[in-house]
Amino acid sequence: MTKAAVELSGVTKHFGEVVALKGIDLAIADGEFFSLLGPSGCGKTTTLRLIAGFEFPTSGSIQIHGKEMALEPPDARPINTVFQSYALFPHMNVERNVGFGLQMKKVNSNEIATRVGRALDMVQLSHRANAKPDQLSGGMQQRVALARALVNEPEVLLLDEPLGALDLKLRQQMQIELKELQERVGITFIYVTHDQEEALTMSDRIGVMDKGELLQVGTPKEIYESPTSRFVADFIGDISLLAVSVVSPTEVRLSGGGNVPADTSNAGDGSHWLALRPESLHLVSAAADVPDGMVRIPGKVRHRVYYGDSYFYDVETTAGSLDVRQENRPGLPTFDAGTELMVWWNPAAGSLVTA
Amino acid sequence: MKSLRHPWIDRLMATNAWVVYAFFYLPILVLVVFSFNASARVGIWGGVSPRWYGEVLGNAEVLDALKNSLIVSGISTIVSTIIGTAAALAIDRYRFRGRRGLDGMLYLPIIIPDVTMAVMMLLFFARVFDIVELVGPRWQLGVTTIVISHVAFNIAFVAVVVRARLGQIDKSLEEAARDLYAGAWQTFRRVTLPLIMPGVLGGALLALTLSLDDVVVTSFVAGPGSTTLPIYVFGLIRRGVSPQINAISSLMLIASIALVGLSLLLQRNPQDAILPDERLKET
Repeated sequence: MTKAAVELSGVTKHFGEVVALKGIDLAIADGEFFSLLGPSGCGKTTTLRLIAGFEFPTSGSIQIHGKEMALEPPDARPINTVFQSYALFPHMNVERNVGFGLQMKKVNSNEIATRVGRALDMVQLSHRANAKPDQLSGGMQQRVALARALVNEPEVLLLDEPLGALDLKLRQQMQIELKELQERVGITFIYVTHDQEEALTMSDRIGVMDKGELLQVGTPKEIYESPTSRFVADFIGDISLLAVSVVSPTEVRLSGGGNVPADTSNAGDGSHWLALRPESLHLVSAAADVPDGMVRIPGKVRHRVYYGDSYFYDVETTAGSLDVRQENRPGLPTFDAGTELMVWWNPAAGSLVTA
Repeated sequence: MKSLRHPWIDRLMATNAWVVYAFFYLPILVLVVFSFNASARVGIWGGVSPRWYGEVLGNAEVLDALKNSLIVSGISTIVSTIIGTAAALAIDRYRFRGRRGLDGMLYLPIIIPDVTMAVMMLLFFARVFDIVELVGPRWQLGVTTIVISHVAFNIAFVAVVVRARLGQIDKSLEEAARDLYAGAWQTFRRVTLPLIMPGVLGGALLALTLSLDDVVVTSFVAGPGSTTLPIYVFGLIRRGVSPQINAISSLMLIASIALVGLSLLLQRNPQDAILPDERLKET
């Protein structure tokens, strides 16, 4: 990794008695699309506000391209923000909103006009240059907010749940636009969201936060397929958690008895669970063969839900209940509620998580 | 649509509304009509004439009082608007010791009876005069003391109006300005001030109206030669009602209505409803 665009070391933030951040260490690479993901109140927005300079850390260091900036005011940082509420200036038209940053940096007016024009072209809003923000739709306001930030060619762009206020269809469209835009301009994006799907589809890496702590940082694939903590496993996507105890570096014991293979090399102290995604579990009839080397466990179907492209099963086993998703494909057997059957999975698909 | 109530209740309510309005506006109507009365005897109709308006405008005492009123209200409005706006900003934006107490105390001058305010100011000036006299110059009641008293009660009104406006502003707008490289002063000048301007102007007009109309406080702290228009009218009426009073009062009424109307107009500006959730609606 080249020199980090943003590096936080030991950053804490207290609001009076409340500890919002308990010590964040994080390095975000140049040109990376990084998402901070977590439930509301987890500290992700506080982290963003500390990077922007709207708040100052109680302790710790924040470096931007190697320069210590923890205590610099926002106007001294080579960073721009897209706000959740967009925060467009209601008394200025689109053109003046977008040109505000350049005007404050005392760029000459010819260059401002050229760059604002280019920025508006980029977000396809040249035809609304004279409109006031309240005359624009939510999606357009969002694009003005993006143009207003990007026109300054910041080293880092911060986005605070920028799609939260849009309806689902527009949000999906903007997700694609944002990702394309980020790849085109090559600026580091730090994106705050509580929407796991948004984080998974757009990010190069994700940092999952809870209660002021950064629990896990990794690619979307790592976060989804190899969660290290119960919280991360549970927060992202649908997952079944089986309580287990570690018996050897390669084996765990299920709560209902029986040892199954699992990689326990990263198991920390505390309680352990085996986390299994619904799509990595397979169902076969009780008498059917299961491929060699797979983990198998008998169970009984409690519910079945039809999703069109798939069936969703809630299966009761001695180790706990398992959520299973089976593709609706011709040739695959389906099982009615009450059926006794066999659940199997590849040991590599299970993750051992700690809480 | 058919009313769910008995028709006579509807009629009673309608009648009540008319009675209330009559109660408010008949005296005003009488005043305005009689200000055009040609007769010199109050209460006897002598035909329509603008005579009293002419006499008022030719009356040097009236014009003197008007001049004092304009000086007092002009200066006290400007000063109280600046201080009141600053106070509203301080209480709304900054955390400091005693902020909550100050917030509550801001409303005090609004609820204190005028007479109490007047006595307070008079006692205050008496002490200050004593102190000033120790240093040398003699200071006594006059236009300056009226201006100071008016500033004292107007600050509260301005601050309350400006605070209401500040409360409607999305705080992230100021953060956005800072984020876009504006310093603290530029942020205030280019974002905060334009956004609270309707509140500031509304507060200023309210202050102007209150200052122009004030009798009680002014009468306590006025000195020789500092008679304002309302004080002059009050004096006239004690010497017997002159038809000039009707003309002066009508003019003051129109001025007050115009100022209050303008103030209300400035305070509700639908074009910039700036709460964030207003803007989140997809159109």
